[in-house]
Amino acid sequence: MLHKNWLSSISEAKKNYLCLHSIKFTCMIHFSRFTLANGLRFLVHEDAATPMAVLNILYDVGARDEDPEKTGFAHLFEHLMFGGSVHIPQFDTPLQRVGGENNAFTSNDITNYYISLPAVNLETAFWLESDRMLSLAFSEKSLETQRQVVSEEFKQRYLNQPYGDVWLKLRPLAYQVHPYQWATIGKELAHIEDASMTDVKAFFHKHYLPTNAIVVVAGNVKVEEVKLLAEKWFGPIPFAPKPDRLLPAEPEQISARRQIVQADVPLKSLYIAFHIPGRLDPAYYTIDLITDLFSRGQSSRLYRHLVKDLGIFTEIHAYQLGSLDPGLFVIEGKPAPQVPLEDAEAAIWQELESLKSELVPDEELQKVKNKIESTLIFSQMNIMEKAMSLAFYELLGDGSQINQEAGHYLAVSNASIQEQARQIFRKENSSTLIYLPLQHA
Amino acid sequence: MLNRNDAPAFRPIDGLHIIQPEKHQLPNGISLFVINGGNEDLVRMEWIFDNAGFDLQKPLLNLAVSGMLLEGNRVYTAAQLAEKIDFYGAFLQPEFSADHTSLALYSLNRHLPQLLPLVKEVLTGSVFPQKELDTYIRNHKQKLQVSLRKNDFVARRTFNSYLFGRSPYGYVPLMEDYDQLAREDLLNTYHRNLISSNCTILLSGKVNDHMIERIRQIFGDEWPATTTTLEIEKPDLSVPTATLLYEERAGALQSAIRLGNQAIQRNHPDFPALQFVNTLLGGYFGSRLMTNIREDKGYTYGIGSGIASLKYAAFFTIATEVGVDVTAATLAEIEKEINALRTEPVKSDELELVRNYMLGSLLGSLENIFSHADKFKQLYFSGLDAGYYQRYSAVIKAMTAEDVHNIANKYLNYDRMVKVVIGKL
Repeated sequence: MLHKNWLSSISEAKKNYLCLHSIKFTCMIHFSRFTLANGLRFLVHEDAATPMAVLNILYDVGARDEDPEKTGFAHLFEHLMFGGSVHIPQFDTPLQRVGGENNAFTSNDITNYYISLPAVNLETAFWLESDRMLSLAFSEKSLETQRQVVSEEFKQRYLNQPYGDVWLKLRPLAYQVHPYQWATIGKELAHIEDASMTDVKAFFHKHYLPTNAIVVVAGNVKVEEVKLLAEKWFGPIPFAPKPDRLLPAEPEQISARRQIVQADVPLKSLYIAFHIPGRLDPAYYTIDLITDLFSRGQSSRLYRHLVKDLGIFTEIHAYQLGSLDPGLFVIEGKPAPQVPLEDAEAAIWQELESLKSELVPDEELQKVKNKIESTLIFSQMNIMEKAMSLAFYELLGDGSQINQEAGHYLAVSNASIQEQARQIFRKENSSTLIYLPLQHA
Repeated sequence: MLNRNDAPAFRPIDGLHIIQPEKHQLPNGISLFVINGGNEDLVRMEWIFDNAGFDLQKPLLNLAVSGMLLEGNRVYTAAQLAEKIDFYGAFLQPEFSADHTSLALYSLNRHLPQLLPLVKEVLTGSVFPQKELDTYIRNHKQKLQVSLRKNDFVARRTFNSYLFGRSPYGYVPLMEDYDQLAREDLLNTYHRNLISSNCTILLSGKVNDHMIERIRQIFGDEWPATTTTLEIEKPDLSVPTATLLYEERAGALQSAIRLGNQAIQRNHPDFPALQFVNTLLGGYFGSRLMTNIREDKGYTYGIGSGIASLKYAAFFTIATEVGVDVTAATLAEIEKEINALRTEPVKSDELELVRNYMLGSLLGSLENIFSHADKFKQLYFSGLDAGYYQRYSAVIKAMTAEDVHNIANKYLNYDRMVKVVIGKL
């Protein structure tokens, strides 16, 4: 995910003390839902324990909706959303003036904007967000500047550090047809540099519609108050039908793919990506638990066996992308010095094979489920987290599904893990990317 | 007709309420602070030790001890320990700063009784097995090799090391320091520093009396008091002369820039006012540096400034990564912005903006019971009392253009700053 705002590494205020892995879901969140005449949906979660309020807007548009010749656009557009709207020349200043702050991110699937502010000033958030849904100012200066800012972001994150370009290589290796073949930042700098105001306007009018957004308001708020504010500020925005989405499906991969990159990196590095079903497939929970079995916590399989016991890797991680359309299961690691790449790769495959041939012991399965349970309870402590999750579940089909997630995880059996492992971990379903350090003469 | 041109009415930000801890003294002298609250049945528990005995000949020891706390003790191997922690759905994390070594446990209340004895073993019976040490060295050397290829990482190291010299604050790990690590030294450092008389415990979350009783027993009654008291020596921190440290990186697309100087600590009366000026200059999205260098010129994805307050020192820094072709131009703009603060009066509009942003941000930083514990921790280790945030808010509310002018002239001077550029200039 790419954020609008660079979060200062030297500011002392924000320390992510939890260090929990990605928080997967929350549970027993009570909320109300209503829809305006123009089709804009609102979910309201009251939590009086905080003096703050959160307004989160998810737009159902991401990098997958881009023209293949104009990639990186959804994200660039996210930056432009802060360049002034039809009645308000500057987004950030009036918000900061009432004690609020905001940020936003773009992924391959969605664009999500969030504001946090003292609850007494909630109306300011409605004023700001509704005006930019109504219309942007479409300022040339803003476009000019943000093209440069995003180009610098491209360099900072993808080009100017070792392995930074991994997703620029791994995506097109794994996807040959589906738009997941490009990263959110875009295929190349030129696409950003060429973005025009005509493109900006077309993108806005196609995607930034009440029918294509979900608003969540959470914190020290009352449903009735939110209803009044919603009608007042968002009600006048005209209805327009939700845009159709017709994306090409990625055909089944039939043979193993492999790419070796000689790059200016200090160490060799290995990435293996497997195709998996999308977020709404019932297998999602099983696959997610497989990533936990592999690399969550110091007792996880890949860490324990390959880093600690055998010393084949110095670090190793397994994760899935959680994308809405069929996604990727990725294993990445850096082999220890002196360990030949073939041995490192074989060691990973041996772990995959053992998950296919032997059932996960009950106690080990219970362990990852316990971790899920505690993560769930810890995640209740953050209203922003709850608001974002609610918006995402509503996008998946129904916000209340957020309260069913724990049950889905707990229902995963060792037989279903074995079945998914057999389905996923096949050579012909794999794309392997290898970085080798350039040999300097 | 709805007026969209004008902002809705603003209401003042107040209602800051920080939960105060309850202090318990354990029989061995340990202070246990309990910050009780929250709706969920969970707690965070932290054991915090001052770092003593920084040794210039073996500077990596304190960090390595912290990094290896979970790698095995008299009762459990690293693997057994990890298995148990994960099975209880808990998170046990060593944390390290130049001043402190600490261990944080996040646990559901119902598993705490099983976890406390494990933590006790970690704190009193770690054995630092040679095989695990070898793995630690190998893995960290690999990580360091990767980090050293990142310009911002190198800029931060270069900056810290020049600003604080041969002290714990200026120390940056080198490859050869890892090779020098010896098990004996780790054991000695561990047994010297992780003793009950050097330990402070913080417990936050939904705490009950039964829990406190168990803690008193395990970490009070069953952990003998030590007769030796640790000398935490104040490091020698001379102020270095201003200079430009430049390291050219062939092929760099961006330069990492870092500049700043030693500053005042949190317990200095001017600290809240300096924090205000820092915020105005580079501490939030609407800051002058962000507005000028990112939002107007597009030189960078981000630029920011901050003040870090340590036990015996503090520093102010500005950091950014910019296109190589605008590196010099960025430095010139930073200089211009600092000089503007020193010479031109800030308009009341901007004062109001920064003021409200900071008050809102303070309110928002008290998100849950752990945040209250964090606030207390910050004050406690700075030697400040519970009234600090009221005084802090009062200063923020009262800041005038003249105050900003005075503080900027007193504490910010571009010519006297240490400047680091890694990339191209």
